[in-house]
Amino acid sequence: MATDIHNGSGTGPGQGHRVGKGPSGGRRPGGPGGAQPVLRKLLLENGALSALAVLVVAMTVMSTDFLSTQNLLNVGVQAAVTAILAFGVTFVIVAGGIDLSVGSVAAFSAIMLGYLSTTGGLPVWLAVLLALGTGLACGLVSGGLVAYGKLPPFIATLAMLSVGRGLSLVFSDGTPIALPSSVATIGETLGGWLPVPLLVLLVMGGITSLVLARTYSGRSMYAIGGNEEAARLSGIRVRRQKLVIYALSGTFAAVAGIVLASRLASAQPQAAMGYELDAIAAVVIGGASLSGGVGKASGTLIGALILAVLRNGLNLLQVSIFWQQVVIGAVIALAVLLDTLRRRA
Amino acid sequence: MSTPDPPHTPRPGDLPPERRQPPARELLRTQGIRKTFPNVVALDGVDFELRSGEVHVLLGENGAGKSTLIKILSGVHRADAGQVFRDGRPARIHSANDAERYGIATMHQEFNLVPHLSVAENIFLGRQPRRFGLLDRKRMESDAAGLLARVGVDISPRTPVHRLGIARSQMVEIAKALSLDARILIMDEPTAALTADEVRRLFALVRRLRDEGVGIVFITHHLEEIAELGDRVTVLRDGRSVGQAPAGTPRDELVRMMVGRSIEQQYPRQTGRDGEQARTATPLLRVSGLSRAGAFSDIGFELRAGEVVGLAGLVGAGRTEVARAVFGADPYDTGTVEVQGRRLRRHDINASLAAGIGLVPEDRKGQGLLLDSSVQDNLGLVTLGRASRGGIVDLAGQQKSAARIAERLGVRMAGLGQRMGTLSGGNQQKVVIGKWLLAQSRVLILDEPTRGIDVGAKVEIYELINELTASGHAVLMISSDLPEVLGMSDRVLVMAQGRIAGELPAGDATQDAVMALAVGTAHRDGGATAAGPAATAPVHMTKNREGLRGH
Repeated sequence: MATDIHNGSGTGPGQGHRVGKGPSGGRRPGGPGGAQPVLRKLLLENGALSALAVLVVAMTVMSTDFLSTQNLLNVGVQAAVTAILAFGVTFVIVAGGIDLSVGSVAAFSAIMLGYLSTTGGLPVWLAVLLALGTGLACGLVSGGLVAYGKLPPFIATLAMLSVGRGLSLVFSDGTPIALPSSVATIGETLGGWLPVPLLVLLVMGGITSLVLARTYSGRSMYAIGGNEEAARLSGIRVRRQKLVIYALSGTFAAVAGIVLASRLASAQPQAAMGYELDAIAAVVIGGASLSGGVGKASGTLIGALILAVLRNGLNLLQVSIFWQQVVIGAVIALAVLLDTLRRRA
Repeated sequence: MSTPDPPHTPRPGDLPPERRQPPARELLRTQGIRKTFPNVVALDGVDFELRSGEVHVLLGENGAGKSTLIKILSGVHRADAGQVFRDGRPARIHSANDAERYGIATMHQEFNLVPHLSVAENIFLGRQPRRFGLLDRKRMESDAAGLLARVGVDISPRTPVHRLGIARSQMVEIAKALSLDARILIMDEPTAALTADEVRRLFALVRRLRDEGVGIVFITHHLEEIAELGDRVTVLRDGRSVGQAPAGTPRDELVRMMVGRSIEQQYPRQTGRDGEQARTATPLLRVSGLSRAGAFSDIGFELRAGEVVGLAGLVGAGRTEVARAVFGADPYDTGTVEVQGRRLRRHDINASLAAGIGLVPEDRKGQGLLLDSSVQDNLGLVTLGRASRGGIVDLAGQQKSAARIAERLGVRMAGLGQRMGTLSGGNQQKVVIGKWLLAQSRVLILDEPTRGIDVGAKVEIYELINELTASGHAVLMISSDLPEVLGMSDRVLVMAQGRIAGELPAGDATQDAVMALAVGTAHRDGGATAAGPAATAPVHMTKNREGLRGH
């Protein structure tokens, strides 16, 4: 609902933009048959979506393997962990904060799952619940430090980044924990073709979209990120909501950690290292503002897909892993730059 | 004293005090300036001329194009058509650097100062004197001290700017302009937030600069400042320059040029009638013994249904602090606040909200609005909790009530989805009031409700206030615009130095009576002190005087 509203306001400048930069981003994906007006409008108004479209077209042209069902599903699986982390971070960024701890929290939650279901001897369903609880608890601690301790979010979550990583090393004694086979099924496919991580990604995306657009907490996030003082003076319980926001982010991180561990069939204390930066990049590429008040689930999904398509494509093209990092960095800068220019136009 | 690298001669400080007489050179002229923004023609043919050694007042309603013109002259915007001439030669001002080269310095309403840097560093920001590649702090500070002395303000160049008040920050801005050797100084509403005494000092400085041959473009909404300080006036209306007049032009003449109509009905409230009825009503809000160390003490008053109570006083008297404490946005030390007989918990906005009291804060953009969000989101902000069941917001209901209230308030917008930041000031203010009406607040505290909105929109806000009180709301109105307070209030409370200095019924509230209380001369003899503040204070607190009020 409200996300459309943000788009609506962009319509004016977008029109002018059509004249200037329209062709490069707009025509190509439509092909010679003439783009449908709806698609065309969507692409023009959404920098990240057009970037993704351009990327997909480019990859299709350059690699014959890219546009196969199997490979696309593969991209989905590869995007899953980053995207789920990024959905959680979207809440935080929309509310004007930042969460650097999601990679560590993901690893810690996965380690807790492994530890409880093996050494702890708990049934798997309970271990999964407690792993989610671990993420939630980490989020509550970060949120508490931000909301009640008045720490800057950067510092509070930086501390949690370190603590989470440390605890996952403590509980795993520094070595990977093999997961029971029932957990590993999460990493497999449903009906022989649909990868479960992709399914989880879609469900979490749906939840994010719902929370942002339709819940009290979601609307409060936009209010707090847009103008915290105005939100407070309008009776939004800012501190309580911040607690909710970081708790959501922590819980999403736990889900991502479980998906990652199930794909590897083991929980690894060093897993998801640096993933928080990918997550933040996905959110920002998706059009959210780091100063808060703007952002949506669909944007974040597109951001995560851009990163995944890029990695997948570069692998198919056999670009060295060293150069991949350079290219990804450049694409992040370019995507956000394009979006900024488009908005200013 | 000495300024670094003077771009061109002569430096104003070195000149012998020039007489303010012809031959006054033309410093700056604009011809047919036109500027459009998407969907808006901001300027449509502006001719303006500034001579050396004059204060040229730029007059016009909000939205008339004053700010846009200034932004073009200072290199923020580029004109679509038209020409700017500097010393008779065509000038291309495409950036702030260009403006600086042409000797044009601009003091915007929001200062361009870095709060945590010292006064000296702010003055020479980007042009700090260097020695061997390092900052020459000693020279910078002594240069700054010289400039500050010229401006006539006693501050150490080492003071961080955030410790200065508005008035002294302004002096720093002027010192900065002097250091740039500006021949043209543009001042955008410099008196808006100053006390009478500060205004007097500012005027003295402006006169001195004028006598040194600087040309000054002065923007003000205070009409009486024109005669006091100005030489000539150019009036803008709807993006056009509609005329030029000597500063001595009668005020109603200027107003007519400005608005293109007369504003007989500026204050539509019929005071007394509602007030009579209110005296018998039960109090909706009762405040007693409210104190907070260092801010206000022993504040007590009542607010009845159907009543508008004005809270007047000088800037800094503690009005906003009281309003925020009553509302629960800030704590207080002792005292009580009761709404409809129920005592409110201290410093608890949600308790206030539930009891039916709302605050429209003085800083609309900074505290009242989500500029990036839609009109609907802004209108529904206070009622967000009430519109939620199990955490899920009833969006359809929110939309319906937002549409209803927007219609009732006459918010002019493209639709409920329009981004808040793109609405005009008056419409933004209606939305801030509207969100409290949706929450069914019966007591509304309006802090500077008409600040920065144009005359037409002001009248609409006044009419809204009338409508509210007629339907049983009570309004506490804080305003620095004295005629507004007098024109709209049934009773006036006057604050001075954190206390309520007195209460005046509408009939007895005259500008003189209110000012006497506000500056604290009412209980004294009025001999020695009255000559100072009382003489100049109305300058600050008055916008349009009685003659315009229509009664």
